[in-house]
Amino acid sequence: MFNESVKIETSNLNVYYHKNHVLRDINVRIPAKKLTAIIGPSGCGKTTLLKTFNRLLEIRDNVKISGEVIVDGENIFSSKKDVSDIRKNMGLLSQKPYPLPMSIYDNVAYGLKIHNHIKSEELYERVKHCLDEAGIWKEVKDRLHDPASGLSLGQQQRLCLARALSVEPEIFLCDEPTSALDPIAAQQIERLLDKLKNNFTVILVTHTLRQAKRLADYVIFLYFGKVVEQGSADELFNNPRNSETKAYVEGDIS
Amino acid sequence: MISSLIIVIGSLVIIVGLIVFNGASSISLEMITQTPSGGYYLGKGGGILNAILGSLFLALPATAFAYLIGLGIALFLQRDFSHPKISIFIRLSLDILWGIPSIIYGIFCLMIMMLLGIGTSLIAGIVALTLLELPIITRYMDESIKMVPHGLKEGAYSLGSTRFETALKVVRKQAAPGIMAGVLLGLGRGIGDAASILFTAGFSDNIPESIFDSTASLPTMIYHLYSSPIPLVRERAYAAAFILLLIVFSISILSRYLSRKLTKHVIV
Amino acid sequence: MKDQSYDNNKLIDIKYDMNKRRIRDFIGIKLMQIITIIVSTLFVLIFLILFSKSIPIFENVSLTDLLFSSLWNPEKGEFGLLPIITGTIFVTGISLFIAVPISLLSAVYISEYAHKKTRSFLRPFIDVLAGVPSVVYGLCAFLFLVPLVKDFIAPRFGIESTGLCIFTASITLSVMVFPIIISLCVESFRSIPIELKEASLSVGATKWETIRKVILRASAPSVITAVLLGFGRAFGETIAVNMVVGGIPKIPSTLFHPGQTLASLIASAYGEMMSIPLYESALMFVALILFVVVLIFNLLGIILLRKVKRRWNY
Ligand SMILES: Nc1ncnc2c1ncn2[C@@H]1O[C@H](COP(=O)(O)OP(=O)(O)OP(=O)(O)O)[C@@H](O)[C@H]1O
Ligand SMILES: [Mg+2]
Repeated sequence: MFNESVKIETSNLNVYYHKNHVLRDINVRIPAKKLTAIIGPSGCGKTTLLKTFNRLLEIRDNVKISGEVIVDGENIFSSKKDVSDIRKNMGLLSQKPYPLPMSIYDNVAYGLKIHNHIKSEELYERVKHCLDEAGIWKEVKDRLHDPASGLSLGQQQRLCLARALSVEPEIFLCDEPTSALDPIAAQQIERLLDKLKNNFTVILVTHTLRQAKRLADYVIFLYFGKVVEQGSADELFNNPRNSETKAYVEGDIS
Repeated sequence: MISSLIIVIGSLVIIVGLIVFNGASSISLEMITQTPSGGYYLGKGGGILNAILGSLFLALPATAFAYLIGLGIALFLQRDFSHPKISIFIRLSLDILWGIPSIIYGIFCLMIMMLLGIGTSLIAGIVALTLLELPIITRYMDESIKMVPHGLKEGAYSLGSTRFETALKVVRKQAAPGIMAGVLLGLGRGIGDAASILFTAGFSDNIPESIFDSTASLPTMIYHLYSSPIPLVRERAYAAAFILLLIVFSISILSRYLSRKLTKHVIV
Repeated sequence: MKDQSYDNNKLIDIKYDMNKRRIRDFIGIKLMQIITIIVSTLFVLIFLILFSKSIPIFENVSLTDLLFSSLWNPEKGEFGLLPIITGTIFVTGISLFIAVPISLLSAVYISEYAHKKTRSFLRPFIDVLAGVPSVVYGLCAFLFLVPLVKDFIAPRFGIESTGLCIFTASITLSVMVFPIIISLCVESFRSIPIELKEASLSVGATKWETIRKVILRASAPSVITAVLLGFGRAFGETIAVNMVVGGIPKIPSTLFHPGQTLASLIASAYGEMMSIPLYESALMFVALILFVVVLIFNLLGIILLRKVKRRWNY
């Protein structure tokens, strides 16, 4: 289907909440170091799909998952790797930013400290680097030890990005990361995502078609828990093969 | 309606008034810096330092133990660790423990002491108070841990924290104001309780030197002295009550102050 | 496919071994599990110990004698608990009889009539009242109520009293129960959806009618729970009662005569219980009664409250 290397692949993935069948036979392939957008109307299972990738779904009640999620050629459900390692490999940006209940500095240092034994000067350098990458260093460098809860939403979201960068993931899972933000903050995040896709595999769940058009290399269209169409952004937006995709892309269903 | 409220508020005013009025006049430097000397219960010299320190030695460790044990339970009650249906039963049993009269905890510990061959002692009193405070502290922590947003835990998990690390480092911090409120409430309850330590901690004129020594405490001091026929001895009960009330009120004020301070890290 | 922008090895000293963290995680969680299991079965353990310690008295004295004989003379081997049970019922019953209406009215006032400012000022008062140690309640009752009853109230009824009596104990307990009932009731009144009140007011009901027909009715289960929990508190209160009830295990002929309650009996008797045969076992039985009764009432209260919470949460 495409020649790039595949980072994540699912095979016959099914997810049930209680008896509610929310993901049906999902078979998707997500290319490495590209930005893949997952689009679809509200409630179609985008968040659910995203959270099966890093096994965050399992901490909820009454969730049943069957099928495979293959990351770097290994099924994460049968992998010998610890679940923390699987999750660490995938940074998460959620709809609403959830900074950890600590200072700005500690938010970024947290991930570094739990995984590594690290000297404090080096820790500082690393924290600075991550904050810088997330484009927030200049704004917070004088208030590193203030509570993270005092930042604006947009800043919090970028802090969460810095925090995710700190543990060196290869993949970024972004669940509508701009939907709670004002246009300017949203634009900042978009720019960062655009930059991230050079080094990381980015998966972006989004509601706004225009955002997907601006950023995505590949697109997966979900509809009522099924993958209706997937392919390169060009093709899917300009030349959809499926009539439902066409309707959605043209704004007829939402 | 107003008159009922006046009765309620009036009772509080009378209580505080009586204790302050009687207590303040009986309090002196000697009272709070000396232990009872010979003939104390006949009105000779000495103070209630043994009771003040005894109360602290009993209630502070008990609160610390109750905090540690309670934290483990409250964190475990999250759906990350225990199935919600099981948690319902655990909460129910904690609520049952909350309602058990403190004298029962006293009796229970006495039975255990007899089994182990330990006499009245500091350690036995600490255990009794720990049991008394445990359900209070645990349920308070639990209520505030319940409010920790799911997304925050997901954030911590996505950094590769284990469940235990997430619970201990992230959830605990987010719930810190509620946890602190619970701990201070437990401390206030523990330091004021007499029935549970009456037969477990016993009574002594000396400051305990080991955990196997009996010890006095402010509540048991009041209980033993309040009806003495000698006015000077009764005054010591009043002084003890005054100090006890002072401690309890300070704890409640501290709780208000700290909860404001701790909320600074909490995200909403 | 490592990220190129960092030089990993230069900065990090040692990567923690995942196995170590996994083991710590495992041990931590197991520990939490074990203490949770121990603590949540603690009440069963308490029951079993009290029960097993009561067995000697069951073997020597029949249950009917224990519960319905009015002779309590441990030295002579007579273990009739009737006077003490009667005393307990009187003290608890009267204290609730006084506390329930006063607390309810106060709660209605605080939640429905008081200004927002007054309310935020009154609630800490209630909390403070709840935090006063029971031995302080006892001391205040001893200093204030006992002389009052002795010199004024009892003589009015033409009874001579020392002031240490059922009546004094009841009043003391009722004050102790106020904050429990008030805070639970206020919480429940405030949680009633405002629309419900508006609906009632808009059909022309007066405020008082609305309170009676809507608020009190809608929160009846919570009010009952509050009363049940208050009962538990009053029934099990030891020290404050012990200080003012008189401590005489005889069925009181008037309210101004001394009596004894179950909890207070245990506190009074602990000094001598080891020296008299069966006495310890009899006291364990008393503790068992206390435990079981409080357990049943609290359980009823808790279950009722959970039902209510579920109703308003959705
Ligand atoms: N915890 C849960 N328990 C039961 N059902 C759930 C749960 N979470 C989600 N669902 C259901 O699963 C379906 C998919 O939800 P999901 O959150 O994945 O959708 P989404 O595409 O992310 O929607 P949105 O665009 O609104 O974020 C929905 O129908 C939702 O009602
Ligand atoms: Mg979603």
